[in-house]
Amino acid sequence: MIPARSALPGFAIAIAVLIAGLVLALTVGRYPVSLGDLIGVLTAKLGGPRGEISPAVESVIWQVRGPRVMAAMLVGAALAVAGTAFQGLFRNPLVSPDILGASSGAALGAVLGIYLSLGVFAIQAIAFVGGLIAVGIVYMIGTSVRSRDPILVLVLTGVVIGSLFGAGVGLVKYLADPYNQLPAMTFWLLGSLSATGVHDLLPLVGPVAAGTAVLIALRWRMNVMSLPEEEARALGVATGPLRIAIVAAATLVTSASVATAGIIGWVGLVVPHLARSLVGPDFARLLPASAILGGGYLLLIDTLARTLAQVEIPLGILTAVIGTPFFIWLLASVQKNWS
Amino acid sequence: MILEGHQLTIGYQDRIVGTGLDVKLQKGEVLALLGPNGGGKTTLLKTLLGLLTPKAGEVRLDGAVLSARTVRERARLIAYVPQTHVATFAFTVEAVVLMGRTAHGDLFARPTAKDRQVAANMLDRFGIAPLAQRPYTMISGGERQLVLLARALAQEPQFIVLDEPTANLDFGNQGKVMREIRELAASGLGVLFTTHDPNHALRAADRAYLLRGGERLAEGPVQQILTRERLEALYGAPVQMITDATGTAFIPG
Repeated sequence: MIPARSALPGFAIAIAVLIAGLVLALTVGRYPVSLGDLIGVLTAKLGGPRGEISPAVESVIWQVRGPRVMAAMLVGAALAVAGTAFQGLFRNPLVSPDILGASSGAALGAVLGIYLSLGVFAIQAIAFVGGLIAVGIVYMIGTSVRSRDPILVLVLTGVVIGSLFGAGVGLVKYLADPYNQLPAMTFWLLGSLSATGVHDLLPLVGPVAAGTAVLIALRWRMNVMSLPEEEARALGVATGPLRIAIVAAATLVTSASVATAGIIGWVGLVVPHLARSLVGPDFARLLPASAILGGGYLLLIDTLARTLAQVEIPLGILTAVIGTPFFIWLLASVQKNWS
Repeated sequence: MILEGHQLTIGYQDRIVGTGLDVKLQKGEVLALLGPNGGGKTTLLKTLLGLLTPKAGEVRLDGAVLSARTVRERARLIAYVPQTHVATFAFTVEAVVLMGRTAHGDLFARPTAKDRQVAANMLDRFGIAPLAQRPYTMISGGERQLVLLARALAQEPQFIVLDEPTANLDFGNQGKVMREIRELAASGLGVLFTTHDPNHALRAADRAYLLRGGERLAEGPVQQILTRERLEALYGAPVQMITDATGTAFIPG
């Protein structure tokens, strides 16, 4: 038998992207840090000799850029993992985490929180609840409508409910104070990590780690779940409960990242494809590869957002500029295989 | 061990497809399900697999009601070979066959060395080991059918149910699949398959089950059941029978 194709080169590329993203994100910016200084700061932290590192450099690395780098990595990984899971579950490579209304539900929650002048934690909590409610509604409607193609019904329901929540967002923006609240909402809806501090990391790490762990634990079953429903059941998978578990886990990581960074589209669509081209469609490899690559991808995008212009460019705009041509290319090549 | 449907009413949520159906399949035996399009073949197949719940009557396996078993238990007893289709993701042939081992592990299980060995044996058995690392999306229809057969056998089932295993296959591959079906029965499995070609039933099956409009038209040993008159009644179309020293063949006329 021909030996199995090794996933090592693919993983090596994904890890290289992540390392490049980390180094760039920590060194490049309004206050440039040399590579030598970066290494010095890191070794000092690990108990090495302190050398000649200025406190300003240390503070830039640990206080200013550190939390933002962590958040970018986690949000990128979360969106990529959720996208990978949804694409497999819906047997459709054109699907992304936004599809079940998770993003628009979370968005409505967040703008409501801003409108009611709530604190940061409360806004995150409401965004989170909004995402889960939207997915809950989509799932209930999608599964109670009788159809020969339940997946299509679910996806279409997601689109419709998503646009309803989008209308809700529009209403809240219309009612909002145009001087204090509206800019904050707009800023948040376009996606940004610029305000991320250490205190934002905890509510992000927990849900992302938990959801990702569930998905990775189910990786072998997810291969089977990407087959047509009846085949999966004939192979011995109780598809109903498993689908709920996967949707819940993927929604959890999506909501957590939307609550922290706002709406950052396209990552969940683009990264799973790139990861699939690196390591193949087997979820046992694809999920970790997607997570690594997604972290690196959003780090690079976020560094671009910080440095490309005098003012910060919202993340959602950059990801859309990259994502739209990618999606069109994907549509054009949809008949080819997805290896 | 017997797989049997007892007085089945089959159908979907809002539509009844067939009523009063009795089916019986022993181990080591091949049963062919014949009938016109829309006659209920696939619905009956899925009901016997436990993928559809019967509206009335019950499916029994080894004397116990099929629905009393978990999805996983069922998959270790009955395997399903669906019609070949183009897959969404380009899993390797080996990965597809390995999926046949799903029911032998628990929810979080990863394939064991034994699972990989079983999959490798099945690839060898069907002569598709050289394709093991090829994407399932990049092989021919005939090869795909063999991969799905290998996957079903990797389940190590007692019964195997095939939905039109010869559809979309060229002439040579049709013969190959028929021979494989005979061998499966010879190795002790109970085999149920649907087909549009009475000659395939004649060649590979022990018994035939003729289904028209959701009702059983006839059932019994193929040599007795498959006659020109019955086939004309079954399909509502003229049929010619050609017989020579080597056997009988039907052609639509």
